[in-house]
Amino acid sequence: MRVALFATCLADQFFAEACADTVRLLRHLGAEVEFPAGQTCCGQPAYNVGHAREAKRMVRHTLGVFDEARYVVLPSGSCAGMLRRFYPELVPGDRSEALASKSYELSEFLVRVLGVESLGDGLAGTRVAYHHGCHALRELRVEHEPITLLRGAGAEVAPWSADRECCGFGGLFSTKLPEVSAAMADTKLDTLPPVDVVTSADGGCLMQLSGRSGHRGDDVRYRHLASLLWQGVGA
Amino acid sequence: MSRGPGAYRAEAARSLRDDPGVRDSVGSATRSFDTHRAKAYAEIDSERWRDWARDVKTHALTHLAEYLEQAETRLTERGVQVHWAETDRDALAVLDAVVGRHGIRTAVKAKSMVSEELGVNEHLERLGVRPIETDLGEYIIQLLGEPPSHIVGPAIHKSLDDCRVLFHERLGTPLDAPPDRLAGAARDALREAFLAADLGISGANFVAADTGTLALIENEGNIRLSTSLPRVHVAFVGIEKIVPHFEDLAGFLQLTARAATGQPIGNFVSLIQGPRTGDEIDGPEEVHVVFVDNGRTALLEDDEAWEALRCVRCGACLNICPVYRQTGGHAYGWTYSGPLGAIIAPGMLGLKQALPLPHASSLCGACADVCPVRIPIPDLLVYWRERAVEGGLAPLSEGLGAKMYAGLAERPGAFAAAAALMRHTPWKAVGRALPVLGGWMQERSAPEPSPKAFRRLWEEGIE
Repeated sequence: MRVALFATCLADQFFAEACADTVRLLRHLGAEVEFPAGQTCCGQPAYNVGHAREAKRMVRHTLGVFDEARYVVLPSGSCAGMLRRFYPELVPGDRSEALASKSYELSEFLVRVLGVESLGDGLAGTRVAYHHGCHALRELRVEHEPITLLRGAGAEVAPWSADRECCGFGGLFSTKLPEVSAAMADTKLDTLPPVDVVTSADGGCLMQLSGRSGHRGDDVRYRHLASLLWQGVGA
Repeated sequence: MSRGPGAYRAEAARSLRDDPGVRDSVGSATRSFDTHRAKAYAEIDSERWRDWARDVKTHALTHLAEYLEQAETRLTERGVQVHWAETDRDALAVLDAVVGRHGIRTAVKAKSMVSEELGVNEHLERLGVRPIETDLGEYIIQLLGEPPSHIVGPAIHKSLDDCRVLFHERLGTPLDAPPDRLAGAARDALREAFLAADLGISGANFVAADTGTLALIENEGNIRLSTSLPRVHVAFVGIEKIVPHFEDLAGFLQLTARAATGQPIGNFVSLIQGPRTGDEIDGPEEVHVVFVDNGRTALLEDDEAWEALRCVRCGACLNICPVYRQTGGHAYGWTYSGPLGAIIAPGMLGLKQALPLPHASSLCGACADVCPVRIPIPDLLVYWRERAVEGGLAPLSEGLGAKMYAGLAERPGAFAAAAALMRHTPWKAVGRALPVLGGWMQERSAPEPSPKAFRRLWEEGIE
């Protein structure tokens, strides 16, 4: 099975190892992974703040990059949500519809397409808190998949009352209204149960939560879901 | 007095810094409301109910003139005096006439957001009339001289202890009075007001066009009293409150209560069709219904944003909103706060006056999951952001940044080169002075780029 990786601009720079672990995971599960070199940004940052014209330019560019791909997998629920939900609205047509229907967030792809539920026991004895990124949860309806996989790698997923509440990232929202955004992160951190590691399918959320933890001086460890799942394989 | 939506960031920051108790009170009350809402939705086939409610409201809004005329005909037949108010001034002018003609001194008020929008209390005071809020939450904030912080729970930002202190000072209750005792003291004070008042003022949750019936939902009985004890009743009703049929009320009264507070229906539902008739022993002698536009037609004429007029003012979107939960409603700077307020403000106040409210959202989408009439709130927030960009209301630097970024994103080589340059910039030293990163670093530690970009790892080969 051929799978094209869309690393996404944020993960490419800030979660490079998670992108590499995505490749390792997919290969481990039998996929042949490609990395189309022309990929840049899906356009979500521009779209979300209202720069639709610029967003459309990035949509058209990305459509060209992934035209040939059979599947596109992203280590980001938010960017996958952009492709799935908003590409067909921004640039209507067959190419957008095609990309929307063949693009998946990583855990979604593993569970829904590859039918994977257990990975190994590399996370045995690890207590994990999972943050549901809003776009994975509400644009893709990815809810049980990451939990299934974490448990399927031996992890204990701790109950967290605020696990479905927004972390306050929201792209440029975090810098336009930093005080409110930070208070939203505090809601998450103040309710965080004692765990070994906090994880999420989205680097943006992890950057927000770890950035706020750092500012507060909290001692919390963060890892991207892809890296934790690869650790879970125990290879 | 509120500084308007334009001061949202400053007011939100001030609230978080200076009034941490507001965040605590609003946070726990909204979570409780939302927990009840979720349970109440789970008891019914809420997906189907919400589809139905969306469709009925959409139908009513696309045939609005027709249904409003029908409602006017029915109401008039029963002796109700119907008024049409294009602006807040037109609406308040109805009060001038009523107060003058009846020599009114005291008015009791049912909880009504449209009357907040119009500034009814301030106007009554100018006319020499004492307005008394009779909803417990409204009564509390009236004593404090504050506007509502939430469309359903106006005093949601106050703690029990805040109320104990207030009632101790104003009504003489002990400082450790239990909630029942506080409510009892308010009830005693309000009972006198009900008996003294010669004018009752209310809004309406719904108006059924085919029968000319105003429907009002409440839990305290104060709306029943406000609309039946005084000689004159004036109801201010937004024109979007219309539903086609009396039977539609059955669905809307239940769905709205479930969405708002998780109740199967309000403790009291009043259905009002006109003044007291010959053989009736109670009810007002005179009833006025004021249909209020005040910017709603402008919103209705907008090809996208009109959907916001389906709103039934249940507050479910406020309760689940992680942004609203941080500050409550005052920071938003006008009558309607939260996600709902952010999507109707540009239509009702003008886009320029409403900024930055459409940006007061992380686009988490939680509101759209609970809205009983399926308003696509996140899409409308983005819509208004786009309109702001088109209208030249976005910061110039942001527009320039977006253009540069799009230009780079179309040229992968340049994009990678720019990223590499970014990786070698000493963020921690200079970040605070930069437009986007400065906002980040004010509240968070600087993000750490990976030692090598993934692109590089891929080129080197992944083991």
